[in-house]
Amino acid sequence: MVTASALPPTEARIWQLLEEVSDPEVPVLSILDLGIVRAVAVAGEHVTVTITPTYSGCPAMSAIATDIRLRLLAEGYTQLIIKNQISPAWTTDWMSAAGRAKLEEYGIAPPIDGTATGHILNLFGQDTAVRCPLCKSAHTHLVSQFGSTACKALYQCDDCREPFDYFKCHA
Amino acid sequence: MLPTQPELTAASTATASPLFPFVLQLADTSLILAHRLSEWCGHGPVLEQDLALANIALDLLGEARSYYQYAAELEGQGRAEDDLAYLRPAVEYRNPLLVEQPNGDFAHTIVRQFLFDNFHYQLLKGLKDGPDARLASIAEKSLKEAAYHLKWSSEWMIRLGDGTPESRRRLDKAIATLWRFAGELTTPTATETQLQELGLVPDYAALRPAVQAHTAHVLAEATVPEPAPPFAQLGGKSGRHSEHLGYLLAELQYLQRTYPGLTW
Repeated sequence: MVTASALPPTEARIWQLLEEVSDPEVPVLSILDLGIVRAVAVAGEHVTVTITPTYSGCPAMSAIATDIRLRLLAEGYTQLIIKNQISPAWTTDWMSAAGRAKLEEYGIAPPIDGTATGHILNLFGQDTAVRCPLCKSAHTHLVSQFGSTACKALYQCDDCREPFDYFKCHA
Repeated sequence: MLPTQPELTAASTATASPLFPFVLQLADTSLILAHRLSEWCGHGPVLEQDLALANIALDLLGEARSYYQYAAELEGQGRAEDDLAYLRPAVEYRNPLLVEQPNGDFAHTIVRQFLFDNFHYQLLKGLKDGPDARLASIAEKSLKEAAYHLKWSSEWMIRLGDGTPESRRRLDKAIATLWRFAGELTTPTATETQLQELGLVPDYAALRPAVQAHTAHVLAEATVPEPAPPFAQLGGKSGRHSEHLGYLLAELQYLQRTYPGLTW
């Protein structure tokens, strides 16, 4: 049910509400943890939220836009524009420290900055050393650069043998 | 200097923005290859590579959507991205012949992907630094993804070439079949030449050394002798396609053709 909001929207209030919108594929992360909200603008009753996709084909983007809309509508904010912006391109540098800690707790190894695939000629190069999110061992190996979603790679721990996702560095 | 390709039809590209046919060509190319790769879903040789193929398909589909949206705006005739993807016949598609070639076996798919990725990566680097802000922003986004694609297909070229006699036999066969389609990627059409003269599209002659250097590096690692440059089979970018595209579009466009205007 949409109820009339008691107060006109403010930027601070909108940011607060966006913290409650989670990523549909990694539900422990809010969209703010993930760093995909680029801007919030309030002009009178009008609210504009600008979001940026993690990957070009990310199928979660329309779900995220819908979730933002529903969360704000529930507060009585009805004049909404959700804008998609692809430049500057999203980078894992925008992921918050809190988001990284939540990821590891959830069983997904957080991105390690500065390990993006920049050197394409470095074929079969050393895999990024990723800590196992379960037993914390550093003895792990890359199984595949492409995992269960576009933003993750598949690793396996050589000590506890558990396969796990690694959130790829994307800089 | 390679000859430019003649255009099959000029009418469909007559538009206010000279960039429209080029952006449409980029969109068609990514869409058709994404569709081909998606045909592997559930059929990959092992689970991890099935996922890789689907991931790459998804990246290319996302890239295609960005181009189609931009193309629709450039055309300004009221057509939307879905109209461009789902309601054009095969002769209006402008993808190069390479990307519509059937999947074949895994080696066949890898060679097709390697030839595309190697060019695509260099093209995106050029577009990223180009004067058109919208194309530059799409390229900036896709370049990060294309780097993963190129690394993946390059490593598989090496594994197959320097692997078992069976993997080598299959790779050799795929190279013999597909190498002829590589030349079209860097052979400009009349439209591309015109845009290159305006500085809107990277000069393919300038991209070619980097493409060739990477090919030479990968083939050497794969212990595969570099094939003599074959006759370049041209046609797709001018609308002259192989028979395969029609079958592909019949599946890709089925839903919109059967239920016009259907949305999710």
